[in-house]
Amino acid sequence: MPTSTPSTAAPSSTAGARGTDGYTHYLNKDADQPFYQRVWNWMTTVDHKKIGLMYGVSLAIVFLVAGVLAMLMRMELLSPGPELFANDTYNQLFTMHGVLMVFLFLVPSIPAMLGNFVLPMQLGAKDVAFPRLNLASYYIYVAGGLMTVGAILLGGLDTGWTFYTPYSTDAGGNAVLVMTAALFVTGFSSIFTGLNFIVTIHKMRAPGLTWNRLPLFVWGLYATSIVQVLATPVIGITMILLILERTLSIGIFDPALGGDPILFQHFFWFYSHPAVYIMILPGFGIISELMATFSRQRVYGYTAIALSSVAIALLGFLVWGHHMFVSGQSAVSAIIFSLITYLIGIPSGIKVFNWVATMYKGSIWLQTPMLYSLSFLFLFTIGGLTGIMVGVLAVDVHLHDTYFVVGHFHYVMMGGTVMALFGGLHYWWPKMTGKMYNETLGKIAAALVFVGFNITFFSHLILGSQGMPRRYATYLPRFETLHQISTYGSWVLGGGMFLILGYLLHSMVWGEEATANPWAAPTLEWTHTTPMPDPHNFEHTPIVTRGAYDFHKIEELIPGGDGAGDGAVTEVGVPASGDGASGGDGQQRRRETEQSS
Amino acid sequence: MNDGGTVWLPESASTLAPTIDSLFYFVYWASVIIFAGVVIAMLYLIWKYRRESHADRMKLVEESRLIEATWIVLPTILVLVVFVWGFRAYIKVGVAPPDAYEIRVTGKQWLWEFEYPDGTSTTGELHVPVDRPVKLVMSSTDVLHSFFVPAFRVKHDVLPNRYTSVWFEATKEGTYKALCTEYCGASHSQMTANVTVQDQGEFESWLKSAGIPSDASPVERGKILYEQQGCNTCHSLDGSEGTGPTWKGLYGHDAQLADGSTVTADANYIRQSILKPGSQIAKGYQNIMPASYGSLSERELTGLVAFIKKQSEKGRAELKAAGATSDSTAAAAADSISTGDEQQQAPSGPPGAMPSAEASNQ
Repeated sequence: MPTSTPSTAAPSSTAGARGTDGYTHYLNKDADQPFYQRVWNWMTTVDHKKIGLMYGVSLAIVFLVAGVLAMLMRMELLSPGPELFANDTYNQLFTMHGVLMVFLFLVPSIPAMLGNFVLPMQLGAKDVAFPRLNLASYYIYVAGGLMTVGAILLGGLDTGWTFYTPYSTDAGGNAVLVMTAALFVTGFSSIFTGLNFIVTIHKMRAPGLTWNRLPLFVWGLYATSIVQVLATPVIGITMILLILERTLSIGIFDPALGGDPILFQHFFWFYSHPAVYIMILPGFGIISELMATFSRQRVYGYTAIALSSVAIALLGFLVWGHHMFVSGQSAVSAIIFSLITYLIGIPSGIKVFNWVATMYKGSIWLQTPMLYSLSFLFLFTIGGLTGIMVGVLAVDVHLHDTYFVVGHFHYVMMGGTVMALFGGLHYWWPKMTGKMYNETLGKIAAALVFVGFNITFFSHLILGSQGMPRRYATYLPRFETLHQISTYGSWVLGGGMFLILGYLLHSMVWGEEATANPWAAPTLEWTHTTPMPDPHNFEHTPIVTRGAYDFHKIEELIPGGDGAGDGAVTEVGVPASGDGASGGDGQQRRRETEQSS
Repeated sequence: MNDGGTVWLPESASTLAPTIDSLFYFVYWASVIIFAGVVIAMLYLIWKYRRESHADRMKLVEESRLIEATWIVLPTILVLVVFVWGFRAYIKVGVAPPDAYEIRVTGKQWLWEFEYPDGTSTTGELHVPVDRPVKLVMSSTDVLHSFFVPAFRVKHDVLPNRYTSVWFEATKEGTYKALCTEYCGASHSQMTANVTVQDQGEFESWLKSAGIPSDASPVERGKILYEQQGCNTCHSLDGSEGTGPTWKGLYGHDAQLADGSTVTADANYIRQSILKPGSQIAKGYQNIMPASYGSLSERELTGLVAFIKKQSEKGRAELKAAGATSDSTAAAAADSISTGDEQQQAPSGPPGAMPSAEASNQ
C-alpha cells in the first residue's frame, strides 16, 4: 500500500544515501525531507521505478495473504472430515485464495512490478510512454484491492474464483456484487498497463534497438500487453452482466430467468484462458534473460522464442473451450478447441528446448536467480506435459475438475510464473534496492521452495487421476495419505517463502551495497551506475549496436568502464573459468578467434 | 473402498475405462520420456559447462535450422497422434448405444436422485445391471453439478436448463462412488452417491422393492424408515419429550409454531417439515433438524406420512376413510393399507397400468 511503502522500501538514509560512485540512489533522493513530504512524494510519483516498487509491495501483501489462506486449506485437508473449518469457511478460503492469486497477484505480478521497473531501462528510455496513466493504473489496482477487502468484510463469498452461474447469481449476498465490481475495476489497471507498454515498446526504443535486438523480456511483455488490451474488456463486461443479472434480474446466465449458464462459461474463459498467458508470457521473458545471463551465452533460437510468444498470445484467444469439454458445449466445438490447444502447446515446447540449448557451450553460474530459472524449466515442463494430458479429449473426461487439474495449473502458474517472478526479483533486486540479498540464504530458500512445491503438488496429480474432485472441504478416507503428504509439503514450501521474505527485508537495511552489474548481465538496464541517474535512467540516450545477448560484442557497446563489460565481472567476484582466461568464460578468446578469422 | 487400480488410476469397472486408461498411459509414458530427456540434457549441460569447467567454448554457437525443425515437427506429430486418438475415444464416450437402459438423474443441492423406467426412485443410491449399457439422462433443479464415477471414467456436467447424459457399461459387480465435481455450494463435497453394480437378476429384484421389502405397506415402510433414518432419536411415539416434537397425536391436530402462529398438522405440513425443517419450527423447539431428509424419495415420504398418521386417532380414522374414496394425493394413496387398494405409485393411472411395488402383496 502506498503509505507504507516509503518506510519499507527506502533504505536507511544515512547508510546508503550516496552510492559508491557518487550518485544519490533514486530511493534516497528526498531523504532529507520531512516524513510526510516523502510519503507525498511516493504517492504522487510518476517515476516508473517507484511505481514498480509500490506495485511490488502491494503484490507482496496479496501474495502473503493468499498464501496463508492456502496453508490454512492444506491444514483442513490433513484429515478427511471437517476438522478445522466448517464447509462454508473452507469454500470461502479457496474462493479468496483463487481470486486473490489470479486477479490481484498473478495477472499484474510480473508486468506491473518487474515490467514497470525494467522495461523502460531495457529500452534505453526515460520512462514509460504515459507516466501518469501508469500511476493511475496503480491506484485503480489499489481501489480494486480495497473493494476486495470490502467483499471480505461483507461476509466473504464462496463462489470459487470462476463465479460460475447460476450459483453466483444468488449465492453470497452483496459480497459477490462487490467482488465482481472489484474485478471490473482491476481490469482497467491491467488494460492501462498493457496500453502503456505497447506504446512504449513501439515508440521509445533507443536508437539502434531494432525489434530483433530487443531483450526477450520486452518481447514477452509486448505479447502480454496485446492480450491484456484485447481480452480484459471481456471479463469486465461479463462481470457487469453478472451484476446486472443479480441486481435487476435481467436473464442472461441464470436459467430461472431465461439465461444460459454455459454462456457465462464461454465469456469467462474467453478472458480467463488468455489470462493464463498474461501470467506466463512475461515469465517466459524473464527466463530468457536469466538463461542468457547466467549461461553467458546468446539465447538459442532468439527469433523462435520471440515469435512464439506472439503466436501464443494470438492462438491463446482460440482455446478457451478446452475448459468446457464436459460442460455441455457441442462435441464439434470440443474437438476444434482440443486441436488448437495442441497447436498452442508446440510454441511452449519450442521455448523449453531452446532454453535448455542455450546452456550449450555456455558458462553456467548457479546463483539464486539461475536456480529459479532451472526450477522453472523442471516444473514448467511438468506443467506443460500435464497440460497435454488434460487436453486429450477422452482423458479430460476423467480428469476434468479433479486435483489433476489443480496440480497442472499450479505447476504452470506457480512452477512457471512464480518461479520466474522469484528469479527476476532476485536478479533485479540489486538494481531495485541498491542492495544485495544473502546469496546463501537465497540458495537454501530456492531449494526449499523447489522441494516443498513438488511434494505439495505432485501428490495433487496422483490424487486427481485417482478421482479426487477439486473444491472438496471433506473427502473420502482413501485419499487421506496423499492429502497428508501434500500438506507436509506445503509447510516446506511455506517455510521457504517466509525465508525469502525475511532475507529480502533484511537486505534492504543491512544488505551489502550492490555494484553496478553484479551478474555481468548484457542488457541496457545494467549498463549504467548502480543508482540510476535520477529521474531519467540514463545520462545520455544509449546507442545500441548489438543484439541483446551478444556477449562476444559487449565491449563494442561500452568500452571498459563500470558497465556491462568484462571489467566489472572480475571486480565483483564472478568466478573465473577453470582455464583461467580473463572475462570468466573464454569469451575473450572467442573474440580473439573471431577477429583473427 | 474398492481394491485394485494402479498408482495413477483407480480401479476400472466399465468398458470405457480401458480405452481411456490406455490413452492416459500412452500420454503418460510419452511425457515421462520427454521430461526425462529435458532434465537429463539440463543436468548434463549444467555439469559440463559449469563456470569452473575447462569445457571447450571456443566456437560461437550457430543456430541449426535442422535442430529447430526437429523439435518443432516431432512434438507436432506426437500431439496430432494423441489428438486423433483422444478424439475417437471422446466420440465413443459421448455416444451411448441405442439399446442403453435409461435412468433419469436429478442433481440438487446436495444430493443425487435417480428415477428408473418403472417409476422407482431412489436418493443417493444408484443400482445398475452389470454388462449392460446404461445411459443416465441428467438435469439439475438448481445450480450446476457434475456427475463423476471415477471407476467408470465418466463425467458430465449437470445443468438446470437442459438434459445432458453419460453412459457406461459396468463390467464388475461391486459398489463404487459417484461424486459431484462441479462446485455447488456448502455441502458440495458431501454430494455423493453409491453406485451398486449387480447382475441382471439381482438388479431386477432390487428394482421391485428399491431397498425396502417389496411387500411392505406404506405404514410398514414408514416404520422401517423411522428407525433407519434415525427419526426415533428425536421424535418419540409415546408422547415423551425429545429433542423434537413427539409424533403421538401429532397428525390432524393444531401445531403451535415458534413465530406464534398455529397450523394444522396435515400431510403437507409433515411433508414440508421433513423436507425443509427450518421453514416451520414447532414452538419450544430449536431449528436443529438436519436438512438432509430432503433426500427422501416420494415413496419414502409417503411411507413416513402414513406412519405418522397412524400415531394419532384422527389419522387412523382418516386412513380408513380415505382408503374408501381412493383420493389421488400421494398421502391418501398411502392409506391403501387398510382398504386393500392396490393403486399406490400411480394414483391417477388406470389400475394395474404400472406394476407398483405393493401390488403383489394383496
